[in-house]
Amino acid sequence: MAIQGRPGVTAFLIRWSPLALLALAWELAPRLGLVDAQSLPPLSVVLAALWGLALDGDLFRNGVQSLWRLVSGLGLAIVVGVPLGAAMATFRPVRIVVSPLARALYPLPKSALIPVLLLWLGLGNASKITLIFLGCLLPVLMSSYNGVRGVERVMLWSARSFGRGPMSVLFGVALPAAMPDVLAGIRSALALSFVLLVSSEFLMARDGLGYLISILGDNGAYAPMFAAVLVVAGAGFAADRLYLSLMRRWLAWRG
Amino acid sequence: MTDQIIFDAVGHAYRTSGGTQMQALRDVNLAVAEGEFVSLLGPSGCGKSTLLYLLGGFVPLQSGRILMEGKPVTGPGPDRGVVFQNFALFPWKTVRENVAYGLERMKMGRAERAEIVREFIAMVHLSGFEDSFPSQLSGGMRQRVAIARTLAVRPKVLLMDEPFGALDAQTREIMHEELLAIMARTKMTTLFVTHDVREAVYLSDRVAVMSQRPGTIKEVVTMVLGGVRSPSVMKSPEFGAHVEYLWGQVKSDAVRAVEARG
Repeated sequence: MAIQGRPGVTAFLIRWSPLALLALAWELAPRLGLVDAQSLPPLSVVLAALWGLALDGDLFRNGVQSLWRLVSGLGLAIVVGVPLGAAMATFRPVRIVVSPLARALYPLPKSALIPVLLLWLGLGNASKITLIFLGCLLPVLMSSYNGVRGVERVMLWSARSFGRGPMSVLFGVALPAAMPDVLAGIRSALALSFVLLVSSEFLMARDGLGYLISILGDNGAYAPMFAAVLVVAGAGFAADRLYLSLMRRWLAWRG
Repeated sequence: MTDQIIFDAVGHAYRTSGGTQMQALRDVNLAVAEGEFVSLLGPSGCGKSTLLYLLGGFVPLQSGRILMEGKPVTGPGPDRGVVFQNFALFPWKTVRENVAYGLERMKMGRAERAEIVREFIAMVHLSGFEDSFPSQLSGGMRQRVAIARTLAVRPKVLLMDEPFGALDAQTREIMHEELLAIMARTKMTTLFVTHDVREAVYLSDRVAVMSQRPGTIKEVVTMVLGGVRSPSVMKSPEFGAHVEYLWGQVKSDAVRAVEARG
């Protein structure tokens, strides 16, 4: 057991030692006076502040708000973007209408829409969900479009020769065949959704983790602020890892 | 015997990426009788696959007529089963699900469908691999899945587009025997596209020789090999004579095709 276990332990140490070193540097740098402890509180102080935030319910209340915005914005982008991208790749009229819109929206930094959405939709959930939806829509749409367009034509012909109509071919064959591309597009949208969530909550919100970070910073509560940043970073990392493991399972057929 | 498939003065042109019209097929005439195995033999680029795609209904007909049991072909349909060179399997479906795909829209009970799937997987000797994905199989096994998937819906004719072209020589020979065994059982009308002269002679009742682009049928040769096809046939003088003659027919075009490609 010990012999079998050792390579695993070594791999584990190699994998996580950079993070451990970073944590150590974070702890020591302010303690040794290398950086101002006010601007960068030691890690242990930040963790204590995290415990405090968790206990008084701030973290939970704001976290739930953020999670809801993220899930509905990204979910909406997937529900609209995947079928629309697939339809774009399959049906010429859809492509003629949607393609110029997508191309015009593509270079626009989505965060530039924050003031507009604030004006139109106010400080509630709608403005944040809309921003995340718009930002995530394009990567999802384009990956679905490119994925479906890249499906071998003989695969589609096969389906048609078994008597399947255009809708059955699109949703039963083209889209599953394009799934590796679609899932990769959703992964980049997931990363983007965190960026849009936090930046929109900085600027137009009365709750959420982004709001919590900005309000703690404004009030000079730096240790809890770093704690909230740590939570967002951890959530982003965990979401990506979770998604990646789901993706591997769904694409197990690739062998 | 009645003609099940008729190509009547079929022509086809397509636009190249450069924008010029390219005449791919010109005045193709061919009739295939029920139960017959006919190969379309020709150099690459002669339009033999296009001819198959036209009959499959995947590519719209531009000029001439194509009749399937007396009716003009208007689109793909389960009466014409197709096997492609690169298998065209659904990689996210298991062997069982791939073979069942064509049966899903047919009116039959769950048990009956499962029985047909089992039977056709057994026919191509893949029993035990029902739950494997195509990515876990060799090229020869993948093509056997594709053949089972196509035959399971019991098409009236079988269209094969260089089905063994992607396989190594040994696997190809094994597949030839399997295909002959299946044909002996099903007596299915087959149109078989190939550029391999020996393969065409070994498998076919008749071989239609196509010319270089614009492709047309230069000659249709009846294979006189007698009796049951088995590897020993390949040693017979008749086999050698057929191969030599057909090779002579396609050689000049094949050499030109190679030179054109540079």
